[in-house]
Amino acid sequence: MNNIIHSVTLDKEKCKGCTKCIQLCPTQAIRVRNGKARIIKEKCIDCGECIRVCPYHAKKGVTDNFEIINNFKYKIALPAPAFYGQFKKVDNISAILNALIKIGFDDVFEVAYAAQIITRETKKLIDSGELLMPTISSACPAVVKLISIRFPNLIPNLIPIISPMDLAGRLAKKIAAEKTSFREDEIGTFFISPCAAKAMGAKYPCGVDKSYVDGVFSVNDIYRKVLPFISEKSDIERLSKAGFNGVCWANSGGEVAALERENVIAVDGIHNVVKILEEIENDKLSDVEYAEILACTGGCVGGPLTVENGFVAQTKIKKLAKKLPGKESIDNITADVMMNAPIPYNKALGLDDDMVTAMEKMKRMIEISDTLPGLDCGSCGAPTCRALAEDIVRGYATKSACIYNLKAKILELAEGLEEFKGLNNKNDKS
Amino acid sequence: MADNNISVRFDVDASDFSAAGEASTKLKKMLRQLSVDPEIIRKVAVAMYEGEINMVIHANGGHIDVEITPEYIKMVLADNGPGIADVSLAMQEGYSTAADSVRELGFGAGMGLPNMKKYTDEMHITTELGKGTTIEMLVKNNA
Repeated sequence: MNNIIHSVTLDKEKCKGCTKCIQLCPTQAIRVRNGKARIIKEKCIDCGECIRVCPYHAKKGVTDNFEIINNFKYKIALPAPAFYGQFKKVDNISAILNALIKIGFDDVFEVAYAAQIITRETKKLIDSGELLMPTISSACPAVVKLISIRFPNLIPNLIPIISPMDLAGRLAKKIAAEKTSFREDEIGTFFISPCAAKAMGAKYPCGVDKSYVDGVFSVNDIYRKVLPFISEKSDIERLSKAGFNGVCWANSGGEVAALERENVIAVDGIHNVVKILEEIENDKLSDVEYAEILACTGGCVGGPLTVENGFVAQTKIKKLAKKLPGKESIDNITADVMMNAPIPYNKALGLDDDMVTAMEKMKRMIEISDTLPGLDCGSCGAPTCRALAEDIVRGYATKSACIYNLKAKILELAEGLEEFKGLNNKNDKS
Repeated sequence: MADNNISVRFDVDASDFSAAGEASTKLKKMLRQLSVDPEIIRKVAVAMYEGEINMVIHANGGHIDVEITPEYIKMVLADNGPGIADVSLAMQEGYSTAADSVRELGFGAGMGLPNMKKYTDEMHITTELGKGTTIEMLVKNNA
């Protein structure tokens, strides 16, 4: 994990060095240095909150160049269910899927369809009674990463089931290999993603040893490409297979609704997520069976790489889903959905691996913290005074980064000068 | 060695239920920065949280002194509340003297003290009716 690359890039020209993103980052992973925002990659969970809050649009989610589909002989699009919610005027999912074929894909495999299989397997696992309560959904990669860095106690609560995206990639390759004469490595699978977190999940999978997704494009990019090709004529091929429950995964509450259980909760929005995870960690929700926890407000439709307003898209998803069958015939599809790699505890928040050294650092941190004004103004480039104290102890910043301390110092100097001037005048007169 | 220990005090404000848990959250963050084993952090956090809630429900707040050493984490919760009339009864699971209004909020299930005992390695209660209660809890850091 030495070469961690995160999902957000900065357009240096556009970044004004304002402090919006540093204040709202849930893992305090951003600093402004030399007038530009910088992400501390070890701490970044790819939630995309900084992309959303940047007033200058200087942050962009990293996705692949569309041309990479040509590296494969058979190209399959894996649209996230949230993709369907982007088209205000389209009432037929097949119209969207056919447009994907027109822009260059050979086939489509709906992630919503894979989601239905995940739901079926999740139910089985809950019924086995072997899971820790509350069991936490592992579908949102930003939440999984948040847990691995800030709530390591809850790693065992994560359901050991792969994400619908991973399953879609796996099944799409397998089915296409059976249907065509191509080998699995000649078949490319491309996820159409509402968020940067899933783009990272495809490149650096968590909980699985190998990714079955060969590339990730943003909903935004593909939306522009398909728009001219959407036709709702009655002669289009019926490509839509996913049912109501699968498509509703796009919205917050969709995953738990599909489970058809009462003792469940659905939480969305990264700051709500932090609060609920605190409660789970304090052992306050042990009577809840299953928790769907999504980083984006409104669920995946609220992802930072989408086009349509998340709330508008939610309604669109509901309208589209209503026309679909409840549980399309997924029952005969067998699939291995279990994770096969551990989710590691990311210790990036620790001051030092050795506790005694960490304690020494913390003592210094507390001392430095006491000399700072406690305003958490962000002018130094760190989100809080405590974070600046931590940066100083880690050797990334100096005390003079605090403009209040600097002002006090200058004032002191000015007073000294004034005094000196007075003395000097006196001496001159005598 | 004692000089290297870290001591912090957390004030527990009784005016607001939603603020209960803040001290536990802050302590958790510190322990994470100190690379304490997650399982130890969990024990400390739950015990501390239950203690905080108790201080809010029964004792009109108070303060918690925490001592962090490489060997153990010690929490001393002190309040000027009504005191506990019968400690052994209070230690029984499900026993609670919380008012109905508190129970309606989902608190006062009678699991506070038993949970504090369960999650800590040592616990001592000193209490005097009308004067207040001091609870000392210790979690060994044997990771």
